Amino acid sequence: MTSFPEAARVELANHQLRTNLRHATRTIRTKRARVVSELPDWEELREAGRRIKQDVLANLDRYLVEFEEAVQAAGGRVHWARDADEANQVVATVARAHGADEVVKVKSLTTDEIRLNEALGEAGIHAIETDFAELILQLDDDWSSHILVPAIHRNRSEIREIFARTIAPGIESDDPADLAEAARLYLRERFLAAKVGVSGANFGIAETGTLVVVESEGNGRMCTTLPPVLVSILGIEKLLPRFADLEVFLQLLPRSATGERMNPYTSLWTGMTPRDGPQELHVVLLDNGRTNALADEVGRDALHCIRCSACLNVCPVYTRTGGHAYGSVYPGPIGAILTPQLEGIENAPSLPFASSLCGACYEVCPVKIDIPRILLHLREQAVAAKSARGERTAMKLAAWTFRGAGRFSLAERVAGALGGGRPIHRLPGPLSGWTDSRDLKAPARQSFRSWWRKR
Amino acid sequence: MQIALFVTCVGDTLFPEAGRATVDVLEGLGHEVVFPEKQTCCGQMHLNSGYRRDAERLGRRFRSLFEGYETVVAPSSSCVGHVREFLGMTNVLELSELLVARLGVDDVGATFTARVAYHPTCHSLRVTRVGDAPRRLLGNVRGLELVEVADAEECCGFGGTFAVKNAETSSAMLADKCAAVEASGAEVCTAVDGSCLLQIGGGLSRRGSQVRALHLAEILASR
Repeated sequence: MTSFPEAARVELANHQLRTNLRHATRTIRTKRARVVSELPDWEELREAGRRIKQDVLANLDRYLVEFEEAVQAAGGRVHWARDADEANQVVATVARAHGADEVVKVKSLTTDEIRLNEALGEAGIHAIETDFAELILQLDDDWSSHILVPAIHRNRSEIREIFARTIAPGIESDDPADLAEAARLYLRERFLAAKVGVSGANFGIAETGTLVVVESEGNGRMCTTLPPVLVSILGIEKLLPRFADLEVFLQLLPRSATGERMNPYTSLWTGMTPRDGPQELHVVLLDNGRTNALADEVGRDALHCIRCSACLNVCPVYTRTGGHAYGSVYPGPIGAILTPQLEGIENAPSLPFASSLCGACYEVCPVKIDIPRILLHLREQAVAAKSARGERTAMKLAAWTFRGAGRFSLAERVAGALGGGRPIHRLPGPLSGWTDSRDLKAPARQSFRSWWRKR
Repeated sequence: MQIALFVTCVGDTLFPEAGRATVDVLEGLGHEVVFPEKQTCCGQMHLNSGYRRDAERLGRRFRSLFEGYETVVAPSSSCVGHVREFLGMTNVLELSELLVARLGVDDVGATFTARVAYHPTCHSLRVTRVGDAPRRLLGNVRGLELVEVADAEECCGFGGTFAVKNAETSSAMLADKCAAVEASGAEVCTAVDGSCLLQIGGGLSRRGSQVRALHLAEILASR
């Protein structure tokens, strides 16, 4: 994986991207702040959300079995997938069994995580993204840069160009209604023809076996109701114990995600209903690194995440670099703590450092994930796994200096003499990163302690 | 009362004027300031950079030097936040917090004639939670006009070693912050953290800006 600083350098040079991102994240951020401030019990809701998720993770073994039994009792089949390959295999096998060479998909991060579309493609099955933004990216051979607004890095004139090249030759208007109509004409035929639908799930209810998808467009509901066969894939951490717990999460999620009091479409289904909707339901429970995260006492809180993306929209790093710099389907602050845990710290060692630790993410997180704390924890792991020798030496030297006031005082006198009292315009080596864009205030000729001694 | 000063490693080396101003303000109010001379660093940089064991050793050292004092003041909210969160030392207070919340003083009798932008630093907002203490103190400084900065609560991009490890991203954040400070019409940008002022001041200086970065303590010590 390209390191975050290297990837960010490329993204930061794209001024259109930064303008699109700043505008879009500011809009969502403002809406979120408004609808959150309406609720007098927002803090209690966050705390309730945190506690429910904590209970789920502490008792996951029990809730998973309860969920499996409830799904089966309602007529569904449950598959357990250790990793991406096993999950993808289930979908391919189901599609083949029904002679499908095309499946329609609900927007789903989990299927992006396991690269389902590529796996199906290798099996000769075309997966069609039906979420408007995901469709744009798929048509452009691009990938998501935001959890909730995957094409946030694109503006509408760029979208018109993509459509003109692909599904709507000759389209001239970049009016949102016209762009939506072009997508609608293309997608309706796919919905009606598809034999298999594929979805993720925002929540799975252990008590009842119910699956829940929360969305804005209604295209997801087309996928979960029109095709005769449905495969739903969810990470094992997506469970909620009781149906009544939705009361908490269906308040937390839309307000945090889109800044809406309620999202337009909330679909819930429990197993199958004869002669109504899919007549075959497969539920895939995916691990893919989650039990590793669960084993980490500090890191496991990242599994509380309900994928609202509020942390992205407030993050001063994400809003400058965009999502692609994170090199994962989970960008932003949550990605910086989730990706290294799912993929292994050795595969994403720069991500925990992609933060100024400003804490804005923790403040908005609807389930109170202490992201800065987990970042520090993962930084420790990253340093233990591998750290540049120069940096390690410098940090050890600094620690040694700080452990003796005499040594520190001497270092100050040397720095003060070298600094010369004028702002420093250029520093050598890795420190040049500072002086490329900033001056450095010179170390004082007289440190505080030497002034204190002489006063 | 007796107040121990933790000047911080950055404050000692790069911002001694903020430490001197802190002494002036507190002595001006009739308090006794002591400076435990063995102090160096609280260990925040090491913890934030992934060197936890070094941070723990420096933390133990800090504790042994300062736990005996009833009240410790530091002109840096991020160091205060660190020793409170990591070491659980509730006797350590940031300067504005000490003045307003502990000593009940929101007018220190200062005069400073300038348009001033207050940058609420991330740690002062979200970790140390100094609330409106700095604004209340600034509001009572004679001749001072507080100006509003767009997106004031957004990070300046310092973040310790982040500023070097992710220099380009840090610089992009800084560029927006400097532009917002300049657009506010301020002549001075102030904050309760020397490290953030190092970043903002360094950015303003490189742009050839007329805006100066000054620690809150220096404004409060002006007569």
